Amino acid sequence: MKNNFFYIVVGSFFIFCFIIFYKGLNNSNVYVPNIDNKKSIPVFIANDFFSENKISSEKIFNDKSYYILNIWASWCLPCRKEHSILMRLSKNKSIKLVGLNYRDNLDNAKKFIEELGNPYSQILIDKEGTLAVEFGAYGVPETFIIDKDNKIIKKFIGPLDLELLQEIEIYLK
Amino acid sequence: MLANQIGYFSLILGLFFSLFLSGVSIRNFYDNNKKIDQKVLALSFLQFFFVVISFLGLIFSFINSDFGNETVFNNSHTTKPLFYKISGTWGNHEGSLLLWLLVLTLFIFLFLLKSNEQPKKYRILTLLFQQVIIIGFFLFILKTSNPFNYLFPIPEEGLGLNPILQDPALAIHPPILYLGYVGSSIIFSAALSAITQNYISKKWAHHIKKWILVSWICLTLGIMLGSIWAYYELGWGGFWFWDPVENVSLMPWLTLTALLHCILVLEKRLALTSWVVILSITTFTLSMCGTFLVRSGILNSVHTFANDPERGIFILIFLFILVFLSLGIFFFFHKENNKNINRIFWLSKETSILINNWFMMYFLSVILIGTTYPIFLDVISGQKISVGPPFYQKLIVPFLIPFLLFMSLGPKLNWVKSKIENKFELIMLFIISAFLSFFILRKLSSDLLFNTILISSAFYLFFITIKDLFIKKFKNFPQSVAHFGFSLLILSILFNSIFSFEVITNIKVGEKFTFKRGDISFEKIEKNENTNYNSIIGHFKINDNKGKITHLKPELRIYNQPIIVTSEADIKITLFSDTFLVMNTVKGKKYFNIRYQIKAFMVWIWISVLLICLGGLMSLFKKQYEK
Repeated sequence: MKNNFFYIVVGSFFIFCFIIFYKGLNNSNVYVPNIDNKKSIPVFIANDFFSENKISSEKIFNDKSYYILNIWASWCLPCRKEHSILMRLSKNKSIKLVGLNYRDNLDNAKKFIEELGNPYSQILIDKEGTLAVEFGAYGVPETFIIDKDNKIIKKFIGPLDLELLQEIEIYLK
Repeated sequence: MLANQIGYFSLILGLFFSLFLSGVSIRNFYDNNKKIDQKVLALSFLQFFFVVISFLGLIFSFINSDFGNETVFNNSHTTKPLFYKISGTWGNHEGSLLLWLLVLTLFIFLFLLKSNEQPKKYRILTLLFQQVIIIGFFLFILKTSNPFNYLFPIPEEGLGLNPILQDPALAIHPPILYLGYVGSSIIFSAALSAITQNYISKKWAHHIKKWILVSWICLTLGIMLGSIWAYYELGWGGFWFWDPVENVSLMPWLTLTALLHCILVLEKRLALTSWVVILSITTFTLSMCGTFLVRSGILNSVHTFANDPERGIFILIFLFILVFLSLGIFFFFHKENNKNINRIFWLSKETSILINNWFMMYFLSVILIGTTYPIFLDVISGQKISVGPPFYQKLIVPFLIPFLLFMSLGPKLNWVKSKIENKFELIMLFIISAFLSFFILRKLSSDLLFNTILISSAFYLFFITIKDLFIKKFKNFPQSVAHFGFSLLILSILFNSIFSFEVITNIKVGEKFTFKRGDISFEKIEKNENTNYNSIIGHFKINDNKGKITHLKPELRIYNQPIIVTSEADIKITLFSDTFLVMNTVKGKKYFNIRYQIKAFMVWIWISVLLICLGGLMSLFKKQYEK
């Protein structure tokens, strides 16, 4: 009798572990950190993707509207996946999408945009990856929501999916 | 093209022979022959042979840069040196699983060859349990991670191998680690088979001990190679970061180490049988669990987002089938022999090994909880946390003190019943260790008491094992070597963490940076071009206060495919410390961020792990161990 009880306990423990791992697998592995202190975006000068002219951050983020900054690269496979989400976001006229091309080969990156479309109103080149670091990025892809006062209010680490798209849309309303 | 096709069909043929082999061995299990059927041996060879062909097929696809193969396309490039084309074969998910399968089939074949003296039913049952695992892996590979997926139209160029994986230590690290992991599968199957056949005996212990030693040596070496790679390639200036990927390799090592000691008790005294069986099951389950955690993407490090839930679910279901199968068998067949438990006297070698087990279990649970707790928390409450080094250090380091003391005294005890001899000498040695460590640490301001006690216990073990090495006249020599290696390892790690020193600064060419122990001048920059990367080499001169001048040349590599910048640290290795310099670019190009470190006793960490392995090897080749 006592033994049966023991088996049931051990068995249920492992079933519990199984359920947790199973659910964990289906969880999105996008990490959305809480931002307590809204950080201002860094001040910088970067090269434009198409014209390769220098542009300052004040010029890029001068409108009183919401911005979404997306860090991407042509060699990054998850970026390819999230690109359709970005294309959908770009139809929303109330926001501006800024792309930050991270440590990339310019030719490959241009092919990437030609192939999948250009959701961004502006793309910047971050050849050394230092700009991404100043934004506080951990890797690619990563997406930041920037408010009217040029403060980062939300940060998504990892590729965007439909669920996050809805979250972003709620945020922007 | 051809190699790809051959590889794919050999894999399917391999699965076919695997199923056939299982059928034949079931028939062989029930017939009246005293000996194992020759067919079983032949089929198990064929199974191995076709996996080898399949693996060679993949290697040739990599060598010929056949980008019609999806795995090659994703992980190789024509400009890669030949060596990395070959090592790229197992540097990715699909290829590494094929390597798993290769080692699995090799080991079961060797097991059949080497176990002639064992009872037939036990051998066949071990084979059958192993076949469950092998077929599981065959299906997993063919269904979710086929390395021979075909691409059309054939791309002209591949995406390239991640540059941080282009490293000699990492080229041999996976195969050796897998030998350890997969070796534990043989132990798992053999333990299950032995328990069903009621064959857990001194003879069995003697025979399985060799397999335990082999997997243990490989696992130890594999972990060390991974750690060496992390030390000089990742450029973070350490050798262990408590990263989930590292933890999952350490967990089976802990249970395997406990098992290695338990099996001796079983061999000599026929006690601790439950421990042996449970540890055998746990070791393999943890190896599989590690594969699951790393391969499914459930545990993410912030730099990778590769995630394929389908793969994860397959391994998860497979893992739990194995867990329930083994638990079921254990509960159903296991009869605890109570007489043996009562016979263990409190002061004996058995007790000391039991204590060692409990310590191993404690360390294991700390690491297991630290690694999996974030998953549980995420699922239950949706919170994301990451568990870092302070957690592990706070929970593990204090317990090292009693562990080291027990480890010093334990091997001195005899089997059955013992008493401590030479009490005076043992106490004197401890006092000497305490004074010595106080003398070394006296300038240290923080945590002086705690560190002194910790280092004294490490020194204590060190002195006692040295004494044993020279005085015991080669009695238990392998054990003395391994324990000596371990004490050296702990001492080096402790000294490394206490006496290391680091400077981080931004500097440009021609500048000089002065810190309290000397100064660093950045002399010039040199540019180099190679086939698969371009590099920038910085020339630095370091003057220390004692007037010693060191030249260091760290490197930044810009790989062409995929475009990734990696920093290669320059490390000067001396007997007592490593000088480590790594540089990174900073925005504005003129400045470089440099990290200069002096890592004390670094080289001794590797030497001591090698000594531990050497102990294991000697024990493997010694005919009569542990009289």
